[in-house]
Amino acid sequence: MALKGLDIFKLSPKTNCKDCGSPTCMAFCMKVAQGAISIDKCPHMSPEAIAKLSEQTAPPMKTIKVGDFTLGGETVLYRHEKTFVSRCLYSAYVCDGMSDADARIARVGAVDYERIGERMYVELLYVDHCAEQPGDKYLELVGKAKASGRALILGVKDAGLAARALELVKGTPVILNGANESNYEAMNRLASEDIVLGVSAASIEALYETVEKLEALGNKNLILDVGAASIKDAFANAVKIRRAALKNEDRVFGYPSIVNTAALAPGDSHMQAALASLFTARYGSVIVMDEMDYAKALPLYGLRQNLFTDPQKPMKVTPGVYPLNGADENAVCATTVDFALTYFVVSGEIERSGVPVNLLISDAGGYSVLTAWAAGKLSASSIAKFIDENAIESKIKSRTLLIPGKVAVLKGELEAKLPGWKIVVAPNEAVQLVRFLKEFAG
Amino acid sequence: MPFTNKPQVFNASINTVSFGGQGCSVTLGGANVYPLYTFDAAIANMPKIGVEVSDLGCDASIPGLSEFYRGAATVAEQAARAAAMEGADFVCLKLDSADPNGKNSSVEDCVATAKAVCDAVTGAGKPLAVMGCKNIEKDTELFVKISEALQGKNVLLISAREENYKTVGASAILAYGQKVSAESSVDINLAKQLNVLISQLGIQAGNTVMNLGSAAAGYGFEYVASTMDRVKSAALTQNDAMLQMPVVTPVGSDAWSVKEALLDEADMPEWGSREERGIQMEIVTAAACLASGSDAVILRHPESVKTISELISALK
Ligand code: B12
Ligand code: SF4
Repeated sequence: MALKGLDIFKLSPKTNCKDCGSPTCMAFCMKVAQGAISIDKCPHMSPEAIAKLSEQTAPPMKTIKVGDFTLGGETVLYRHEKTFVSRCLYSAYVCDGMSDADARIARVGAVDYERIGERMYVELLYVDHCAEQPGDKYLELVGKAKASGRALILGVKDAGLAARALELVKGTPVILNGANESNYEAMNRLASEDIVLGVSAASIEALYETVEKLEALGNKNLILDVGAASIKDAFANAVKIRRAALKNEDRVFGYPSIVNTAALAPGDSHMQAALASLFTARYGSVIVMDEMDYAKALPLYGLRQNLFTDPQKPMKVTPGVYPLNGADENAVCATTVDFALTYFVVSGEIERSGVPVNLLISDAGGYSVLTAWAAGKLSASSIAKFIDENAIESKIKSRTLLIPGKVAVLKGELEAKLPGWKIVVAPNEAVQLVRFLKEFAG
Repeated sequence: MPFTNKPQVFNASINTVSFGGQGCSVTLGGANVYPLYTFDAAIANMPKIGVEVSDLGCDASIPGLSEFYRGAATVAEQAARAAAMEGADFVCLKLDSADPNGKNSSVEDCVATAKAVCDAVTGAGKPLAVMGCKNIEKDTELFVKISEALQGKNVLLISAREENYKTVGASAILAYGQKVSAESSVDINLAKQLNVLISQLGIQAGNTVMNLGSAAAGYGFEYVASTMDRVKSAALTQNDAMLQMPVVTPVGSDAWSVKEALLDEADMPEWGSREERGIQMEIVTAAACLASGSDAVILRHPESVKTISELISALK
């Protein structure tokens, strides 16, 4: 709730001493309420008042650090309202009851690639403890998981065992996902500045109460488990928690969330992908899946990259000539737009073909091929103008220009505008370029 | 203080639109809460799934798909198979063969296909949607003739666009009582404008749905998601009648045409099975569409249809 000037005034010294530069305490407090001036500009404000006020003027959702990763800190429920700030993280899952846990840990690094300048890999590894398994077996697994080099989520509710596990993984970023309504005090004693405590409970009401109790104990380094009772409950909890924090400004729920799809849809890789997608869109901060393979990763990381881009910032590359695969002045030319995604996809495929190509990127307003074409920003004139203004004809000897298949209609007009050039309609999809270029290069 | 959930239940709601004949119709829309927020209030009509069937036949390079349709020789037989697919709510016939830059099938042939498919699908107890070939002139002609030929069948035609809404709206809806999807390009203002224009033809709410544009996950999907988020918000919080049409999103065609679903396994062995990549691309894209408010998604693969339908049931 935005604080009213009057509420702040009640806490002020009310002496009108003007040391803050305002004529009266009232005037000063009104400015604080508007966010125009910060409360500590009054040298006479009591520490209690400052503590109380900074609490209430704090952001609605906390930013939680797991090693170098940042979770939470969101200010809006929808990206179009401003932007999302902390992309969700994906985690693989092992438990001490699995016979193939070692193999799974070994495969954690199997997915690792780059997409538009971002490294895509499994950031975390969830190490779960089943009650039936002996503690030593768990510790052995934790030790192996540590060697994976991933940040770890320790799923263990027994405080004694948790303490031993934490001892083993010192130095590794950790989420200790084990606090609940009955053990939170013991668990809290294990948590510290660099151990994020995961909290779960049988109901959302109990979760809320447990968070309040942990906060009362001074712990505000938490992450909230949406539970695994059912898919419906987990989704409801994820939405209710985020909505309480951001819409209703209830800071008790102002923490990131953790969703375990491996528990919600055991063994069902397709359903886990569907859930991961749902929770990437709606309020999952850490999303756990059995294993990450390329089939899941490619769409999920693409989705995440899309949803967590700042709508206020266009994703553009600088127009110009990009010589690929060691292209020299004799290499064939191809053209596309300056939309970062398009550039990334097209240049990737050209590189894969190994054929030297001069990629000409004209200013198309940062739009995709068809968007730019429909908006009039990619046309025969714009391409011809680019070639002219960049003195391409004096820099490059080749007179062959490949154009994207989706704008095949530009061929005739381009031929008219670029005498001496051979205009070739290339395939629709960049992925088809590899074969096309190889055949083209003969 | 105990936690108090504050449900967001609105006085406004999404229109309901039904298509399909007696005994085999499907109803989209009707919710007065945000997409899938069944914990705020019950959603009577959960999102539906259409199965896409191309008149060029299924993609034979996908083993699971050709296996599923094996033995179904004609498009009508394939459509009947699709109607019986686990999780399918309706069938969407895609008239790819009509494309003038492709096979360029005649309008008469397409109408004949549509009739045969309609009989087959209705016979299997499911409603039918018909998608054009994306060539405006050809689609306009197709929709007019199909509307006439399938009078009384109450099919959903996908889509009418800015360039042809008048002809399609007038013939399909006003003359022959079909339903129409209004397609715009990932922009709330364009969507609204097209709906206003259609309503000015005298077409009542309940006859149209919207296709707000679509993209595969990773390929400009943020625009799709944000457009849908904004449309649902305007429909519910501002009671904007020109944005209250249910949203129908074709997912299959985008999902199966991106690199992730096209590249042969031999070209990138570490990526694994191409079919599996296509399925997951379709699943992830569809689930994200549902999160942002699609009232129906149109998919291709039996595995994705099954998974998404289970997801919808689990959230009900
Ligand atoms: C996101 C999006 C937008 C975003 C813009 C995002 C951006 N930065 O471009 C916004 C919302 C702003 C937008 C706006 C518009 N859009 Co728009 N948009 C899309 C959408 C959904 C995805 C585009 C995308 O990101 N594609 C991914 C990139 C990677 O694709 P690409 O650049 O084409 O590259 C691929 C290939 O072309 C190929 N390739 C690229 N270069 C090269 C080069 C060579 C040599 C080769 C071989 C291959 C190749 O490789 C890539 C992968 O295979 C598409 C629909 C769709 N699903 O595609 C509609 C779409 C492109 N938009 C469309 C339209 C009409 C518009 C508007 C004109 C609407 C309007 N009337 O205002 C406006 C134009 C902008 C304006 N007025 O300012 C239409 C175009 C119709 C047409 N066929 O001409 C589309 C197809 C939607 C539709 N079906 O109606 N749009
Ligand atoms: S400095 Fe503090 S006490 Fe003095 S006028 Fe300003 S607000 Fe009041």
